[in-house]
Amino acid sequence: MAPETLLLGTRKGLFIYQKTGEGWVKHSQHFLGIPVSVATRDPKTGLLWASLDHGHWGHHLHVSPDLGATWREIPVPTYPEDAEYKPGKPATLEKIWSLLPSAHHSGRMYIGTAPGGLFYTDDEGASYHLFQALWDQPSRQTEWFAGGEDSVGPVIHSVIEHPNNRDHLYVGISCAGVFETQDGGATWLPKNKGLIANFMPDPHCEIGHDPHCLVMCQSSPNVLWQQNHCGIFHSNDGGANWIHIVPTNSVAGFGFPICVDPNDPDTAWVVPAISDECRIAVDGALCASRTTDGGKTWVDYRNGLPQSDCFDIVFRQCLAQSGNDLAFGSTTGNVFVSDDRGENWSCLTNCLPPVYSIQFA
Amino acid sequence: MPTVQFTSHLKAFFKLPESMDVIGTSVREVLDQLEIQFPGLMSYVCDERGALRPHVHIFLNQAVIVDRDHLSDLVHESDRLFILQALSGG
Repeated sequence: MAPETLLLGTRKGLFIYQKTGEGWVKHSQHFLGIPVSVATRDPKTGLLWASLDHGHWGHHLHVSPDLGATWREIPVPTYPEDAEYKPGKPATLEKIWSLLPSAHHSGRMYIGTAPGGLFYTDDEGASYHLFQALWDQPSRQTEWFAGGEDSVGPVIHSVIEHPNNRDHLYVGISCAGVFETQDGGATWLPKNKGLIANFMPDPHCEIGHDPHCLVMCQSSPNVLWQQNHCGIFHSNDGGANWIHIVPTNSVAGFGFPICVDPNDPDTAWVVPAISDECRIAVDGALCASRTTDGGKTWVDYRNGLPQSDCFDIVFRQCLAQSGNDLAFGSTTGNVFVSDDRGENWSCLTNCLPPVYSIQFA
Repeated sequence: MPTVQFTSHLKAFFKLPESMDVIGTSVREVLDQLEIQFPGLMSYVCDERGALRPHVHIFLNQAVIVDRDHLSDLVHESDRLFILQALSGG
């Protein structure tokens, strides 16, 4: 069995760690100096994908069949020639925000991008397919807007595939909200009932929400969680209705990442921050908050995390869980790991560049 | 033939010489020729519509090119092109 692997996309490259008898040790580093927005490994093919944000030189994708020993650049998705993200504003690939290997289609990679296009490829980038019906949503040009980093267009940062239905997908879009398809992308419906957007003229609008991170419990796929700009929300009915979770005796509320135990829909973790203009750790101290009862109660776990003069914030793709292991990385280059489901933490490193994504692989 | 020079940043991705002579009577033609010799180079310099990326600049002799969208600026035999990026970021 291959050792557990941690992929860390950062502002200055990709860093790979592996778990050994001595704990987590650094395996390798790649693309030094280049921002890596997200990296993932397709469990079906073993192929490692890394999304490089060269800034001036555009966004580029690289793949590796051997955990980074060798890399190959592949084409990136491109928007159709006549695509506009706003009237008169041509759509070009701004950034790749999410990479999701399909559990159903061998070799398929779903790719969420700014300014608002969802793509997939079945042939490692030789050809791409835009989910046209999502792009053609009547609301896109009038009610979707930019959210996330300094994006000029909407950001598809969360892509979810139903574990039992290859045609059933969800996306989380900042700012628009949650959309669902049950027919392989032919039709999409907004799933935002119960969400609150207190930054909008109508906080209960159908579209215009900012789900910072959207996740599904893989063993109970009707259960969705999201860390939203306006708090934590939970759905027991596949996103048809959302319930605002207001933690008590916890600092959880605002933040960016969330993860749910794939085997327990009632257990979820967040890393809280101060909302919203400030965006630093709450009271200068880091914690990971966990619920094990579907959001009724939360516990803030602080052991091993800095508790004074701490200004870290954890981005939406920077918290990950695998079995009893959890890991999160911050904008300050700190990475923390836990092997007891987030109750106690240890520092993996204080010295990485700002962390953009973490995944177990 | 016009001569093209490259910022050192691009040399991290492609095995580019210090400078090279390239056939072409417009900036677009010169870049098309470069793409043939260095496949993929165009995707770093231009977006998928063929427009110069926002933070990439091409100097034609001492002045930046005018047409960033279609790269139609005319290039003459004795001209020098310099491809560089904005000095921004961190």
